[in-house]
Amino acid sequence: MRGAKSAKWLAGAIVVALAATACSSGEKDDKAAAGDSKRYVSINVGEPQKGIIPSDTNESNGSYIVDAVFAGLLTFDDKGGIEYLNAESVTTEDSKLWTVKLKEGWKFHDGTPVTAKSYVDAWNWSAHVDNVQQNSFWFGDIAGYDDVHPAKEGAKAKADTMSGLKVVDDTTFTIELKEAMPFYQYKIGYSTFAPLPEAFFKDPKAFSEKPIGNGPYEFEKWDHNKVIKVKAYGEYKGANKAKNAGVEYKTYETPEAAYQDLMSGNLDIIDQVGPTDLANYESDLGDRAISQSYAAVQTLTPAFYSKSFKDIDVKVLQGLSMAIDRETITKTVLQGTRTPADGFVAPGAQGKQTLDTDVFKFDAAKAKQLIEDGGGVPGNKIFIQYNTDGGHKEWVTAVCNSITKATGVECEGDAKPDFATDLEARDNDQVKSFYRGGWVGDYPLNGNFIKELYHSQAESNNGHFEDKKLDDAMNKADASKTLEEYVAAYQEVEKELVNHMPSIPLWFYEMNGGHGEEVDNVHVDWHGQYKLFDVTVK
Amino acid sequence: MPENTAVVKETPEPVKAEAAPAKGAGTGKPRSLWSDAWHDLRRSPLFIASAVLILVLLSMAFFPSLWTDGSPTEADLANNYLRKPEWGAVFQPEWFGYDIQGRSVYNRVIYGARASIMVGVLVTLIVTFLGTLIGMLAGYFGGLLDTVLSRITDIFFGIPFLLGALVVLTSFEKRSVWVVILAISFLGWTSMARVARGAAIQVKQADYILAAKALGASTFRILTRHVLPNALAPIIVVATTALGGYIATEATLSFLGVGLQEPLVSWGVDVAGAFRSIRNAPFVLIMPSVLVSITVLSFLMFGDAVRNALDPKLR
Amino acid sequence: MGHYVARRLLQMIPVFIGSTLLVFLMMYALPGDPVRALAGEKAADPTQIAKLKADLGLDQPILVQYWNYLTGLFQGDFGTQIASRRPVADVIAEAWPVTAQLAIFALVFTAVVGIGMGVIAGLKPNSVQDRVLLFITLLLVSIPSFVLGRLTQTFFAFQLGWVEPNVSLEENWHELLMPAAVLAALSLAYVARLTRTSVVENLRSDYIRTAVAKGLPRRRVVGVHLVRNSMIPVVTYLGADLGTLLAGAVVTEGIFNIHGIGLTVFEALQRREGSTVVGIVSLIVMVYLIASLLVDLLYAVLDPRIRYA
Repeated sequence: MRGAKSAKWLAGAIVVALAATACSSGEKDDKAAAGDSKRYVSINVGEPQKGIIPSDTNESNGSYIVDAVFAGLLTFDDKGGIEYLNAESVTTEDSKLWTVKLKEGWKFHDGTPVTAKSYVDAWNWSAHVDNVQQNSFWFGDIAGYDDVHPAKEGAKAKADTMSGLKVVDDTTFTIELKEAMPFYQYKIGYSTFAPLPEAFFKDPKAFSEKPIGNGPYEFEKWDHNKVIKVKAYGEYKGANKAKNAGVEYKTYETPEAAYQDLMSGNLDIIDQVGPTDLANYESDLGDRAISQSYAAVQTLTPAFYSKSFKDIDVKVLQGLSMAIDRETITKTVLQGTRTPADGFVAPGAQGKQTLDTDVFKFDAAKAKQLIEDGGGVPGNKIFIQYNTDGGHKEWVTAVCNSITKATGVECEGDAKPDFATDLEARDNDQVKSFYRGGWVGDYPLNGNFIKELYHSQAESNNGHFEDKKLDDAMNKADASKTLEEYVAAYQEVEKELVNHMPSIPLWFYEMNGGHGEEVDNVHVDWHGQYKLFDVTVK
Repeated sequence: MPENTAVVKETPEPVKAEAAPAKGAGTGKPRSLWSDAWHDLRRSPLFIASAVLILVLLSMAFFPSLWTDGSPTEADLANNYLRKPEWGAVFQPEWFGYDIQGRSVYNRVIYGARASIMVGVLVTLIVTFLGTLIGMLAGYFGGLLDTVLSRITDIFFGIPFLLGALVVLTSFEKRSVWVVILAISFLGWTSMARVARGAAIQVKQADYILAAKALGASTFRILTRHVLPNALAPIIVVATTALGGYIATEATLSFLGVGLQEPLVSWGVDVAGAFRSIRNAPFVLIMPSVLVSITVLSFLMFGDAVRNALDPKLR
Repeated sequence: MGHYVARRLLQMIPVFIGSTLLVFLMMYALPGDPVRALAGEKAADPTQIAKLKADLGLDQPILVQYWNYLTGLFQGDFGTQIASRRPVADVIAEAWPVTAQLAIFALVFTAVVGIGMGVIAGLKPNSVQDRVLLFITLLLVSIPSFVLGRLTQTFFAFQLGWVEPNVSLEENWHELLMPAAVLAALSLAYVARLTRTSVVENLRSDYIRTAVAKGLPRRRVVGVHLVRNSMIPVVTYLGADLGTLLAGAVVTEGIFNIHGIGLTVFEALQRREGSTVVGIVSLIVMVYLIASLLVDLLYAVLDPRIRYA
């Protein structure tokens, strides 16, 4: 999960870098190189929340750096298919014991070879409870995880390594899972599963300030809150070899400021167009404007413990869903930055299907009827909880207006001053009726959009939706023999979700960006990030 | 402190009757300050202009329906801000165009007056009460009490106002008008306390205070009947000038996202939200900004007029 | 003089401790757990949260935390950021220069233009120029800085194209002029009015009459006697205003894309980075306290009647 993209205008990132002089000299180098077909490409990516360690980075700014500096076993193509990077092959017979073969001759940027041990050591370290890595739960499927990371609060680790990981030889290792998982190769495509060099284990803190990876770019320098620079790694052997000399990730406080710099030629690529410029950017930029949907969905998630929705009749939720004029709101208030949702799974994920239902279509009369049939909302009033620092206020207001107008149910935004407060209310089961849900796909499979959100045991099921039959169906789907069966099984689950409405899907995200005249071949991947290695300079 | 609360609550009425002679003892110009001031005010164009403006704004705040039949929250996305102002449609909902939700900017501007003016007036009242109380006690009694109260005043004065308000307001999840009022007051009483303290120190040495003491008047009586009325002029000057500032502060806090919140209608909230449309629909931003400025301006002009009338040095 | 300074410095200590404690307590009272927020929308692992908190000392009682913070502060340790694990001192050191520059520009602008306007208005009270200047100051005060910031940005940068709308990463000094002017606007108006009042008052004083009677040239009367003596309240105001300008940068920096302490503190607040917020506020309080001490000492220079024993 890459965290909510920070669309807030006032708080992209912080502070000035150490010495203005250090930075300005760097700037001069770039200007001299402008016009050179192998110069650095610049993009607005803000200050990562913390130091760069693949298993500790869980927000979008840091992910950009991790993806540049590290190369994992595999990655995904635009259709959600697998593309091997460092792996020669990932195979299994029973979906439980997986064998990974690495390509020969790969090196870390410090010259040391990338071996099976680099992976196994990295994963063991990342999973270990003492190392408090934010993404440690990603290793939870591996046999022996519970020994290095006990679930009980305060418990000590019983082992230093996971029993499921075994080095066979320099380029081969095996992963034994707790249970069969037909889609496990998709999980290890997440950047958390990157290898780490020997140097890392000597001083993780120092490493996180100047990471050494095996990816297409070599980490060059980090001027905190100003710029991060990476340069192309000449000996890189993967398919995503850099076609430019390097990348500069520049921090801007507002997307508007970045946009101005793009227009004046000081910046090559922006990954976000601020609300001020949304109406105009397509005419400003012409064919250099980029808008592409990606695998992320926004929902209204009912808190099934709340007064409003405890033991609610599903008809009411269906009615509320039909009371939202997604078409008009995405066009006007959201200015075309989203596409209306037609299901629970976002496009870009395998198994995305068009559901045979009118639940997502705006129909005021039917909405009203459904809510009446379902016995109405207690108190005839609902709330939508959201965080004010994420640019959600406008659409929440519009959704509320739409619901009230169509059905007469009163609706009010329940604003939390920031994401931290919003999360706290969710954790403590204090959501009054709906909360704003956002989900960016971890891997491009439909199950990721269903199991992680609506299984009664799922970590992110903050609304406490619970349905025994659906739980069983999901467990069964997870135990499928092949990926095709898995995807098909989850398609069936998704069809059934319409009859339970564990959430009201609103719309899918679109990435709105653009690039300058000097660069070309700017493409977006399946989860809304630029493939910067592909960018060429004219 | 129930006793002290009573102190100031009682004051407004006796002040007029007894304040003037007390004042007279100090300055040698019996009855003249207040009546002179009123005399001056009636002739000041600044006062008349600002009073008229303030009356207009008050009528918006208390009787918005006099100004418009529409509602500030009625939204129709078909009117989404692509619909521009119709400058000919005076006093009609479409006069100033529509905002992003398709709500009439004119209606919102009218209904927004209430929150701003409420914040301004109530903060001024609370701050004046609190600051005067603390300042007078510190100034009149001196000694340890003065040291302690003055240091507390320094502590609050030292915290940068905007930063302090940001922190205080973030701790409230639901920010009603009252929360914003209390937060601004919590941090804003210090300058009033300093003025009141200074005035009390000046007054307490005066002969008539010593005389009152000699006659056996209670401390309570001396404070309410003698010290307070004489400290009132500078306090009123500071209060009227500060009022406009509080209105601007509320708007700034709303702009930063820690002030008032929807569904409350407020100019600050609207200005903050309108920034996104600055390129395509600048009127959504400009209209509430203009109203904020006019309101602050009216109260400042009012404060200026009162200061001119009450501050003998300026004559 | 030495005694006076020493006494003043001693008095600063309780004020400094009091205001940092107040902000510390307020930060502590905020809802939302910064350590929990690190995990984002994923459910967080309570073991990890507990461990992180223990590492950062956040599991201690609030007063112990404050004591640790304060003792650290006196050794120059501002604490560690929760998310980035970077020393807060580094973060502040990076953000401080540009904001200081901004505030000083604003202060100079305020002083030069404000005093100039005030003197011009005050020399001829109730003339046309006086009234016009009075009205300009009223107008400046009544436009909140976020409106003024947006307006100048729209007008000078977007419409006229005279300046860049945003401050670049290099933070060239000329890019800071417009933000500084916006930041200064409010104080400028107050300084102009203070100066005017003070000048009007002093014009009537005996020493000015004496100077004029002595036959001193008007330039000397105004330049040396009048302005110098009228500066006392203005200097007081400017001294107290430096802290306000530093804090007011929250708004200006957001509008003009400046990576200074205003935005640092704003973001730290949202992320519940307590030590960062308290550190910055403490610094501003220090600046304020020292500035007001300097101002009091300046009195003696400006007004020969004042002497500190």
